[in-house]
Amino acid sequence: MNDWIEIGALNDIPRRGARCVMTPQGKIAVFRTMEDQVFAIDDHCPHKGGPLSQGIVHGASVTCPLHNWVISFETGKALGADEGSVKTIAIKRDGERIFALLERTAVAAE
Amino acid sequence: MEAPEKMQKLVIIGNGMAPGRALEHLFELAPDAYDVTIFNAEPRVNYDRIMLSPVLSGEKEFEEIIIHGDGWYIKHGIMLYKGHKVVNIDRVAKTVTSDAGTTEPYDKLLIATGSLPFILPVPGNNLPGVLTYRDLDDVRAMLLAAQSRAKAIVIGGGLLGLEAAAGLKSRDMDVTVLHVMPTLMERQLDPAAGYLLEKAVEARGIKVLTKASTKEIIGEKKVEGVLLADGTVLPADLVVMAVGIRPSGSLAKEAGLECNRGIVTDAGMRTSDPDIFAIGECAEVGGQCYGLVAPLYEMARVVAAQLAGNSEAAFVHSETPTKLKVTGINLFSVGDLGEGDDRQEIVLRDASAGVYKRLVLKDDRIIGTVLYGETSDGAWFHDLTKKRTDISEMRETLIFGQSYQGGSPLDPMAAVAALPDDAEICGCNGICKGKITGAITGKGLTSLDDVRAHTKASASCGSCTGLVEQLLSLTLGDSYNPSAVTPMCSCTDLGHDDVRRLIKAKSLKSIPAVMQELEWKTSCGCAKCRPALNYYLVSDWPDEYADDYQSRFINERVHANIQKDGTYSVVPRMWGGMTSSKELRAIADVVDKFEIPAVKVTGGQRIDMLGIKKEDLPAVWADLGKAGFVSGQAYAKGLRTVKTCVGTDWCRFGTQDSTGLGIRIEKFMWGSWTPAKLKMAVSGCPRNCAEATCKDIGIICVDSGFEIHFAGAAGLDIKGTEVLGLVHTEDEALEHVVALAQMYREQGRYLERIYKWAKRVGLDEIRRQIMGDADKRKGYFDRFVFSQKFAQVDPWSERVSGVDKHEFQPMATIAYQQAAE
Repeated sequence: MNDWIEIGALNDIPRRGARCVMTPQGKIAVFRTMEDQVFAIDDHCPHKGGPLSQGIVHGASVTCPLHNWVISFETGKALGADEGSVKTIAIKRDGERIFALLERTAVAAE
Repeated sequence: MEAPEKMQKLVIIGNGMAPGRALEHLFELAPDAYDVTIFNAEPRVNYDRIMLSPVLSGEKEFEEIIIHGDGWYIKHGIMLYKGHKVVNIDRVAKTVTSDAGTTEPYDKLLIATGSLPFILPVPGNNLPGVLTYRDLDDVRAMLLAAQSRAKAIVIGGGLLGLEAAAGLKSRDMDVTVLHVMPTLMERQLDPAAGYLLEKAVEARGIKVLTKASTKEIIGEKKVEGVLLADGTVLPADLVVMAVGIRPSGSLAKEAGLECNRGIVTDAGMRTSDPDIFAIGECAEVGGQCYGLVAPLYEMARVVAAQLAGNSEAAFVHSETPTKLKVTGINLFSVGDLGEGDDRQEIVLRDASAGVYKRLVLKDDRIIGTVLYGETSDGAWFHDLTKKRTDISEMRETLIFGQSYQGGSPLDPMAAVAALPDDAEICGCNGICKGKITGAITGKGLTSLDDVRAHTKASASCGSCTGLVEQLLSLTLGDSYNPSAVTPMCSCTDLGHDDVRRLIKAKSLKSIPAVMQELEWKTSCGCAKCRPALNYYLVSDWPDEYADDYQSRFINERVHANIQKDGTYSVVPRMWGGMTSSKELRAIADVVDKFEIPAVKVTGGQRIDMLGIKKEDLPAVWADLGKAGFVSGQAYAKGLRTVKTCVGTDWCRFGTQDSTGLGIRIEKFMWGSWTPAKLKMAVSGCPRNCAEATCKDIGIICVDSGFEIHFAGAAGLDIKGTEVLGLVHTEDEALEHVVALAQMYREQGRYLERIYKWAKRVGLDEIRRQIMGDADKRKGYFDRFVFSQKFAQVDPWSERVSGVDKHEFQPMATIAYQQAAE
């Protein structure tokens, strides 16, 4: 089941930067663009698994720090000549607060 | 509609622009339906709040901005309580009571309490001399303060703050605007337009400080100044807070009405109580609160229709353009300015005219517009957005505006060919077309640089470069190859050298400034140009430019080297490759404590710890720092290592103290940024155990002194060094090496190693400047020393002390779902 889960506030993320969120399904990278749009994708480059959250953010895309693949936030697809894609996670904002549409697993907390 | 038998009683709380407009509509629709009573907390009639700025600046008098004079209230039989603040709503008895004790019954209640200025929660925010900018009383207080012609600080670089600043400036105050974000009006403008706005505001003599976070307002009995988070103290006699507004809904909340950010209403402006409506800045409709006048007037129209019995009337959200009411500054912004894959942008920049236009397109329709400098087409673009007009037909010429549509678009080449010989091409140097084409044919010129050298055209601001290139291509035909200059990246047509030259020539001191003045084709650059621009600006303006953290590659952001699995490696400095038992013990302890999986001796004579988790980096640095280590900058496009041999200290062949010199150079030069990495070595004799002859810069000690080498390579390319020259003392060796590094810093292209730079500019030229010209050498040396004042900060200890802490921790950790309740 998917739920909107609060993951932080806009000002937690630097402009043209990213923060990570740990989820039961793995690490996701949450980006903030120059224009204050917020996007989330899996923190895992489709090329060699590089941590996309560590890349340089430009426009609505990020350049992977390992081998310079450019990944679009909106589609999760590699731009340019490279082919591959990464999962995108829906985000919604309520003022400063940021929510992500995440899967709640059935496993109970210990 | 059916007229009620007895007039109903309508009570309005608030007398701003929205209820005033609502009453006008209501009296038109149903003149006799209501007996109206208004409570106004301000002791006056209804006036045009938008025009407060012209009153402040002296362009208008208060009397000129009154909307409804006393006569209007009398004519409509309205009971207006001036200076009465309503303190209670009794929804059961259906009455309201003011602070003066007046109680009035209502059938229908309209709440229009507007908004309250947001006051920064900092110490001293209640000192006399701290004002907000909301109503006429605030303006009068500011005018009083302005009579002293003293210093004013406006906190907030949004619409209101800038208007207040311009008003105070025109009253001859010394005005500084503090804005916490990097660019002005960031909610409405993109950074490029924000930059132009900042320049225009500064051109009026108003100082602007961005990224300025107010920590405290200081003063004993009244305001004396503002203390910023970075420790700066700015003296001030008047502080105006214009940092935003929040809907004023406390009265409604106390009455038990549903409130969120504002007073929640349905599309008919009705609150959770069917007899109570809310409009204006206090209302929240469709989940949104509004602050601009157009939607507030729309609310007024809807509520009037509802009160008149039309239950169908509904508020519809629409985008409202933003305009700044400061005489002489033209800007226009509306809609969605975000970027995305499914979006395209058309950008027009005319640097010399100070014009910037950007249209954001989606599915062949305009969804966002920013215009700066030239805004006459704002209404037209907004209209195309509202009507969702398909613009694909006129796309080529769309950005030029409405008047350009219809005619056939001109081929730019044909347009240049059609120019007469006396048409001016280069405005800076007054060079006309005939002079340029004459020089091309007469002197056999073949490149842009030739034209610049012979005619000066395009040699100043560079904005006519495109025209000059077109002339070259018209005159020379196919033999002209403009692509001889490789652009920095696809964001610009300019090469690295042009960009570096123009940064200096035009005193460009920020990335937005470069992108605007050099007419970048993207709004935010890319991963190629941003790190390059950041380096050029750090190198050219060491004291003024603020390093742009987000334009640095991850290694330079976290001061460690990213590895293939996303972990990092950490290399502390070991000056000249020397170490001690204490240092080695500290490294061993760190390796054990953090369970670091790999430790390796590097080629640069130091120790690399590999496989460290990002979260552990600050703690690793803290422990290394306690043992006296600083960052080895093994990640930097900057000084890496100075490798040495043991020289005269131990070696039976050593001719000089090579270890000492190496350490001296490393301690002198650490922290400096260079176009690409810079590796050095000092060997104590020509046997060259430190392998100085394949380094970027190397020194071979000989009996008679120090032989300086440079431009070696031992990576992708293998190349022995070239000899720069021989000097006799250690001091001279240091001065020559540093001057050479600075020359490279000033001329190198980003990521260009020193051997490639040397090949490009010529070995003889470098020798001439560094060995042969003492003044030049001294100049380079002094500039390097100056820039080191700002560069020699150990990034590890900075991080340990908390700088950019966010970088190392996840923003949130979502646990497995808690057991269901």
